[in-house]
Amino acid sequence: MRTELCGIELAHPIINASGTFDAIAARRVFGDALLERFPFAAYISKTVTLAPREGNPPPRLWETPAGLINSIGLPNKGLARYLAEDLPQLAELPVPLIVNVMGFTGEEVAELVGAFSEREEVAALELNVSCPNVETGLVMGADPGETAALLHRVRPITDKPLIVKLTPNATDVVAVARAAQDAGASAVSLINTIRGMALDPRSGRPWLGGTTGGVSGPAVRAVALAQVHAVAAALDIPTVAMGGVQRGSHALDLIRAGAAVVAVGTESFRDPAAGARISDELAALAANSGNSLTEKPLNC
Amino acid sequence: MSSATAPQRVLAPFGRRAARIIERRVYGAYVVLRCADPDGPRPAAGQFYMLATAGWGGGEGERPFLPRAFSVLRVPAGHGLEFLIEDVGPGTHRLCELQPGEDLLLVGPLGIGFAPPSEARRPLLVGGGVGIAPLAIWQDELGGAPALLGFRDAPRAEGARLLADARVATDDGSVGHHGLVTDLVREELDRDGHAVVYACGPPAMLEAVRALCSARATPAQLALESGMACGFGACFGCVVPTRRGYVRLCVDGPVLDSAELETALVAGAGH
Repeated sequence: MRTELCGIELAHPIINASGTFDAIAARRVFGDALLERFPFAAYISKTVTLAPREGNPPPRLWETPAGLINSIGLPNKGLARYLAEDLPQLAELPVPLIVNVMGFTGEEVAELVGAFSEREEVAALELNVSCPNVETGLVMGADPGETAALLHRVRPITDKPLIVKLTPNATDVVAVARAAQDAGASAVSLINTIRGMALDPRSGRPWLGGTTGGVSGPAVRAVALAQVHAVAAALDIPTVAMGGVQRGSHALDLIRAGAAVVAVGTESFRDPAAGARISDELAALAANSGNSLTEKPLNC
Repeated sequence: MSSATAPQRVLAPFGRRAARIIERRVYGAYVVLRCADPDGPRPAAGQFYMLATAGWGGGEGERPFLPRAFSVLRVPAGHGLEFLIEDVGPGTHRLCELQPGEDLLLVGPLGIGFAPPSEARRPLLVGGGVGIAPLAIWQDELGGAPALLGFRDAPRAEGARLLADARVATDDGSVGHHGLVTDLVREELDRDGHAVVYACGPPAMLEAVRALCSARATPAQLALESGMACGFGACFGCVVPTRRGYVRLCVDGPVLDSAELETALVAGAGH
């Protein structure tokens, strides 16, 4: 099941979704067994921002039918401490490292991309564009023009692959994906979580500290399949697909819909080794179908 | 204010494993599940496990979906793990229905447990409701310690049988002291204040214990609860505010030194 993504060799097509697996915390909990049995073919970090962020006030979670709403708020140490403290630890992982970054202006994103561009430990960057540009008020990834402007700003800064994490909370996801490709994105990844909300049954007020959050898990699988299918058909660059993947067959569906690589997110919360199981299941399905999972070549 | 030496973290085997249930006992409103866990290490007192079953999902409101966090109640002589469960929602309902021969799906042990007493302080265990669980294994490991336990009513007060040397308070006065367990804590600390308090229970009880101990400069270790999706630091969902900012209860707790907290009223806990 070896494959590759933008020139990065992968032992199998299953990686993690950003923000759903903290390899540093997991190593504290599971020890070096985590490295010996690392469940993903590449590791995508949680979003890094320029300044430290404490994240949203709790409660941050709400269980839905077949899924989860999270309102985490991108807590992280900020770029300086990430480079000094986290990057050396993540470089010890036995798989390629992809760093997810987010900025509130094009300049911030450029600074982040520039900082990681110089680091050999980093195989690629993923751009989280699900946030408002404070200069325009528009969510970068919800508007094709914003997305294109961001890529034009940061593409010349680095030779590393740039993966644009698309938000499903856009009017026309395919238009945003095309804009990203035309402006130099190396790949797109989707879907991010879908905006959702829950009320406290006792008070009738919003349950989550951040009022709304993002829905993930099997509840969004059908939405993900439709968006991946539409985006992959419209693009020439590879698609990293995710959304409710729990089994090898779900990963196979996304590959048949056009994905080059599949990410596992919420299922890792239920079983930290889920990625390895899903990869094994996918390999078994591939063996049964003569390794011809898709007619689309798995490359950039 | 450091109340004790460094607490223990026993590493968990990587991934979720099946643990066969070998005994199910009922204590009033509570169910104790004992499972075999031949592939798992002996946990430290105060550590927890994420529990689910094969028949997860499809219950009330098409839940449960996520596993549920439970402190280990006791490590029986020989081998295995015991968990204390109260049926309060779709996840705990499914767990309470389990019978010997069925499997628990578990990840753990997780988190950091209790730290032993220092400065020759006497340990005082304070529990409320289903939160008495981690105090039982801790009482075993300490080789005995007095326990003050609060319950809503008589069916729940049957849980007091899980600990030795327990004084009980009930909200309705049906068993023991009619009132709050913190009344008993105040009495005990008045009698001999050179103590370290180990507490686990509902947020309001923990906050009352924290305030009481803080006012008397009595060290206390509180085993807190917060909604968790994963239990191993992945989701960042279980944070509680401390004097050093938000900490993830699953990897930096669930036992926290009360001096770190301005309040034990964790938003969303007890849901």
